Amino acid sequence: MQVSLRVRRFDPESNQGPYYQTYSMDAPDYYTVLDALIHIREETDGTLGLRCSCRSAICGSCAMRIDGHAKLACKTKIIDLTADGGEVTVEPVGNMPVVKDLIADMKPFWDKIRAVDPWLQPEGPEPEREYVVPNEAMQDLAGAMNCIMCGACVSDCTVLEAELNRGVPVEKTWLAPAALAKAYRFVGDPRDDHQYDRLEKLSDSGGIWDCTHCFECIEVCPKGVAPMDRIMALRDKAVSAGITNNNGTRHAKAFHDSIKAYGRLDEVTLVPKSVGFFNIRELLPQMPTGLRMLKAGKLRLPHKAENKKKIKQIVDSLDKEQME
Amino acid sequence: MRYAFWPGCVSRGACPELFEAVVRVSDRLGIEMIELKEASCTGAGVLSEQNPELADTLNGRTFAMAEKLGLPLMNICSTCQGVQGRINYKFQNDATYLSRINERLAEEGLHYSGNLEIKNFLWVLVEDVGLDKLRSMVVRPLRGLNIAPFYGCYILRPSKELGYAEHPERGKYLEKVIEVLGAEPVDFYGKSKCCGFPIVTMNRRNSLAMAGDHLLEAKSKGADAMVTPCPLCHLNLDAQQPDAAGIKGQPIGLPILHLPQLVGLALGIDPEAMRLNNHIVSTEAVTEKLKVKV
Repeated sequence: MQVSLRVRRFDPESNQGPYYQTYSMDAPDYYTVLDALIHIREETDGTLGLRCSCRSAICGSCAMRIDGHAKLACKTKIIDLTADGGEVTVEPVGNMPVVKDLIADMKPFWDKIRAVDPWLQPEGPEPEREYVVPNEAMQDLAGAMNCIMCGACVSDCTVLEAELNRGVPVEKTWLAPAALAKAYRFVGDPRDDHQYDRLEKLSDSGGIWDCTHCFECIEVCPKGVAPMDRIMALRDKAVSAGITNNNGTRHAKAFHDSIKAYGRLDEVTLVPKSVGFFNIRELLPQMPTGLRMLKAGKLRLPHKAENKKKIKQIVDSLDKEQME
Repeated sequence: MRYAFWPGCVSRGACPELFEAVVRVSDRLGIEMIELKEASCTGAGVLSEQNPELADTLNGRTFAMAEKLGLPLMNICSTCQGVQGRINYKFQNDATYLSRINERLAEEGLHYSGNLEIKNFLWVLVEDVGLDKLRSMVVRPLRGLNIAPFYGCYILRPSKELGYAEHPERGKYLEKVIEVLGAEPVDFYGKSKCCGFPIVTMNRRNSLAMAGDHLLEAKSKGADAMVTPCPLCHLNLDAQQPDAAGIKGQPIGLPILHLPQLVGLALGIDPEAMRLNNHIVSTEAVTEKLKVKV
């Protein structure tokens, strides 16, 4: 079928900014985006820069944005994207500096991975023989261990994008999905003895509580790692470990308590309960919003579910089970 | 068309204008809604992170209530749609887990089969009412208005769990509705991104920057207003907009409409009845262009 690939080009030595170049070709139905890009490089334009290796969705080298979303070029068939005569837009991954054309500098990605100490840290005397890990513990970690470090989740992370957009230096940006999924893999490993320290560090600013729940990383991950779900599991582990002095935990508790009391969410007290009622430094900036909402009639007494005691019974009984 | 109706906490709290609008619009479109007054908050994903089984039980209870009425469930919030859809997907793919949840629901005499259809108002508009019928009911075409669609994460992702295989066009419904109402959809990068609301108490600067980025982008692409099916997005895009403008260092002033309000305007419903004057950012630019008084 006839297709056009609209490719974002950039050559740092050209003194020219990025631009788009369109390549048309007759692509067989079995062609992946990577097949098409290699075809272009070998047959039409040897200057096109791209990174690839295994061509089988194992090595993670060829992540790039295809029609606006991060994907492995080798795992994405053109026929699934467009019909005969259609166009596919190919760009380098987002949130990372571009070296040339479709090749990004992965340094920020690796720095974040290294920041979570991605190795086992056992304590105590060396065991006499091999450590036999319970099957269920490893099964839980297996999903996170499927990560092939392609960077798709970091590319499309909306929090990282907002931070970089507002000029936060990359080394000060949050840990982002891949590193947090990696952290989960070590926090959950029974051979590791630094769970508490890890969770404490991960609960700091720029860690697990900075995730905005946008599901982009779950959507784009080519290996089903579901980084956001790991981040939510880390939040639960941190709270269970007693690391609770942060707005995230207070926010979650306020949410829970509102449902228990009213059966519904009371947005009015959510903010002061999350930052702390006496936290003037954080409450003051929120005051204008509160006043504006009050004036517009948007601050109201909590709406209550009818027969809300049934809801409270469920909350109480499941809370009790969780405690046990 | 009859639905068990879950209004969500925000339409009963900080966005009463959404509730007023959907009641009026549904009446006009012949959508009958039976409000689930005993249902609980979905937990908005927050409850799921602390105690997933609690969130699943509470939502399973809501599903069972709708099923008892023999009706599909309609919500008016992207976040509710995402949470309910995800939990329903879990139930449908794990019969053992669902039966455990059902043991809990039995105390209240409830049971959930796993077969409920859960639809956001946006999906109901396109799939059940139908765009042709909607077009035929437009009495005040929104001509000359450029409207930027803003979906909200939860109605888009994870697409696998939200029926996108069966309905691949769901990610384009807002544009289709905007067109049918006579307005021009504004295409912009941020339309499928996050409004930043979930982290407003955890990382206020990032949260406001996210809202600010999308608002300014839509404005630079010529939007007169933005429309969203998610009241939580509305809170960050409308109520927090002056602060988002502060963080971005430039004025914004982009009116944000709830989806039913936009539909209602085209159906000729009085803007005041849909409380368009109940917003933080004035909606006058919209009503003036349509020459209707609020």
